[in-house]
Amino acid sequence: MRPEAIEAMLPFLSDRFANPSGAHRFARDARRAVDDAREELAALVGVEAGDVVFTSGGTESDNLAIFGLGVGDGVPVCSAVEHHAVLDPVEALGGRVVGVDRFGVIDPAELRRVLHEGPVRVVSLMTVNNETGVISDLESLAKVVRTSAPTAVLHSDAVQAFCWTDIAAACSVVDSFSFSAHKFGGPKGVGALVVRSGVPLTARQLGGGQERERRSGTQNVPGIVAMVTAARLAAEDRAADIARIGDLRDQLLDGLLAALPGSVETAGPDRSHRAAGIAHLCISGVESEALLFLLERGEVSASAASSCASGALQSSHVLAAMGIESDLARGSLRLSLGWSSTQADVDEALAVIPPAVERLRKFGI
Amino acid sequence: MQVMVAMSGGVDSSVAAALLRDEGHDVVGVTLKLWGGESDSGCCSVSDVDDARRVAQQLDIDHLVFNFSEDFERDVVDPYVADHARGITPNPCIECNRHLKFDRLMDRAEALGFDMVATGHHAQIVRTSAGNPRLTRGADFAKDQSYVLHMLTAAQLERVMLPIGGMTKDEVRERATVLGLRTAGKPDSQDVCFISHTGGGRRVFLGNRIEMHPARLVDETGTQLGSVDAVELVTIGQRRGLGIGIDGRPRYALDVDVPSRTVLVGAPEDLDVTGEVLNSFTWVDESARAESLVSTSIAAQASAHGETIAVRSLCETEAGLDVTWEVPTRRVAPGQSIVLYDNGLVVGGGLVSRR
Repeated sequence: MRPEAIEAMLPFLSDRFANPSGAHRFARDARRAVDDAREELAALVGVEAGDVVFTSGGTESDNLAIFGLGVGDGVPVCSAVEHHAVLDPVEALGGRVVGVDRFGVIDPAELRRVLHEGPVRVVSLMTVNNETGVISDLESLAKVVRTSAPTAVLHSDAVQAFCWTDIAAACSVVDSFSFSAHKFGGPKGVGALVVRSGVPLTARQLGGGQERERRSGTQNVPGIVAMVTAARLAAEDRAADIARIGDLRDQLLDGLLAALPGSVETAGPDRSHRAAGIAHLCISGVESEALLFLLERGEVSASAASSCASGALQSSHVLAAMGIESDLARGSLRLSLGWSSTQADVDEALAVIPPAVERLRKFGI
Repeated sequence: MQVMVAMSGGVDSSVAAALLRDEGHDVVGVTLKLWGGESDSGCCSVSDVDDARRVAQQLDIDHLVFNFSEDFERDVVDPYVADHARGITPNPCIECNRHLKFDRLMDRAEALGFDMVATGHHAQIVRTSAGNPRLTRGADFAKDQSYVLHMLTAAQLERVMLPIGGMTKDEVRERATVLGLRTAGKPDSQDVCFISHTGGGRRVFLGNRIEMHPARLVDETGTQLGSVDAVELVTIGQRRGLGIGIDGRPRYALDVDVPSRTVLVGAPEDLDVTGEVLNSFTWVDESARAESLVSTSIAAQASAHGETIAVRSLCETEAGLDVTWEVPTRRVAPGQSIVLYDNGLVVGGGLVSRR
């Protein structure tokens, strides 16, 4: 977390502890903090304050969007590389899935084809992919949605986008988008769903009628205040961070690709439409599970695919959708960089990763 | 030493990890995710992983989960299904030890720089006067698991630790209680871990994967005596579901022929044979082989906790290892493992051949 965000939330855990829905003076104080936060956040992402629905994070926001947006009998449609927070609700509702190309880019022709298969209530296309860092061309995709399914609501999972794109511009073409505070230096357990006015949304969580009856439940005041503080800083630093971190990412990827024959840049060599903070590659002849252990012993913490309920790594549905051969997908490695990453971190990763890969290749696993 | 301890989430491996930590080793706990995809059940369920992780946290050792489910499916589940389809009764726990715990996991542990792999099995490793490592029974005879570990070669035994092998189950539980481990009172795991008993058991599991065929029950003259609805579920030596003979005695399955959908049934004494032929035999090492072939003190065991069977002689033939019993003994179903012991030390084991 950004220290300023921690600082900002502390008063709301102690002196200013009240429930914003209450009727007394302390409640009004908390209410004001939430109102201020809502207004500031709305301005940061280019929407009206009333469009912001505070939630417990990205998964809740996406579920609310897929289950609640739009009207009519249509089904949801999403891309094959969505996060499970979108993909699983879409599948649970009998929705349809749009394929991607070898580099993880959503194919507009395929989108058009799938939209024409039957009535569609909501379409969900992510802003930035959390595994590969691919940034979607939402403007072009939105045109396809507006012409092929004019009554459908267009949602975008922007959870991974906040630090790496001008979210106000990127999401200006969609009706709804979601984000999560911990992806930009805020706390875990708080996020938002933005729903532009006039877009129909049916609440999933009923109760006290908070968030204009779109999401009942007492607001997480400390989390909301901290999220907005982090958002402000992330937006201020964004341009400089993208340049600095993009340079570190390039050093990391170029260094690893040069040191590791048989490794490929998962989303292809063109990095112009990719998030600066994600370096994803596939290394032949190693298993990520073993590699991550060796890297951790070398003080480098990385990721591969996602974890299931038991904590075991699962093969990535994103890489499978991209058609990456299983031998390469087995050796997938995702290195994340952020506002706190330094040149020394990159140098260390470049010193630790190649010998670990060589060791595993020598043992043949 | 750096020791990777396989933690199932049960009490035995919990205590094994605790003992190794207390001996001062650098211990990392690993739980294998073998089966279960989205809806886990059985020995690698999410709650078992939770137990293993919480025990590791309590012991202040690192804990990892390795996903070996693809290997498990290929090396254990698929052969289990294929064997049933051809009338063979495999022991999946043995194949899991052979392919997963003591092949895949050991290889990975070595690649990751570990000196040893430890498990919570009730068996012990001792040395012969010549200094060769040998597997022997656990101190708790009733819980002995040397049978299911018989495939360990001497080279593997050099890199395996069995920390609770010298303890009784009661001592293990007592130790877990003293340490305050949440697994102290956990019941022992039973049955085949990948088959859900609430979900219909073996019949449903196999029925979802292979076609089941009704079969005729015949006597030695070929006269049909009855029928069963799935020949694939009949095991040689089985009594249940085969009815009563005209003499009022229960019938046993003497032979199963899947292609002709026939089960030969008869009296229990008809099951007695003078020996078995074993294939895919693994000797602990060359000296165990050489000594066993001339030893007069070989005994065999044909199930996890079965009685020992005295062996008269061993003979290597083209068909495999020919084992002759001292006295005629009830037939062992093809696909089951027979393990040979010499004076209590495991010398090797193999799979019973079809006749």
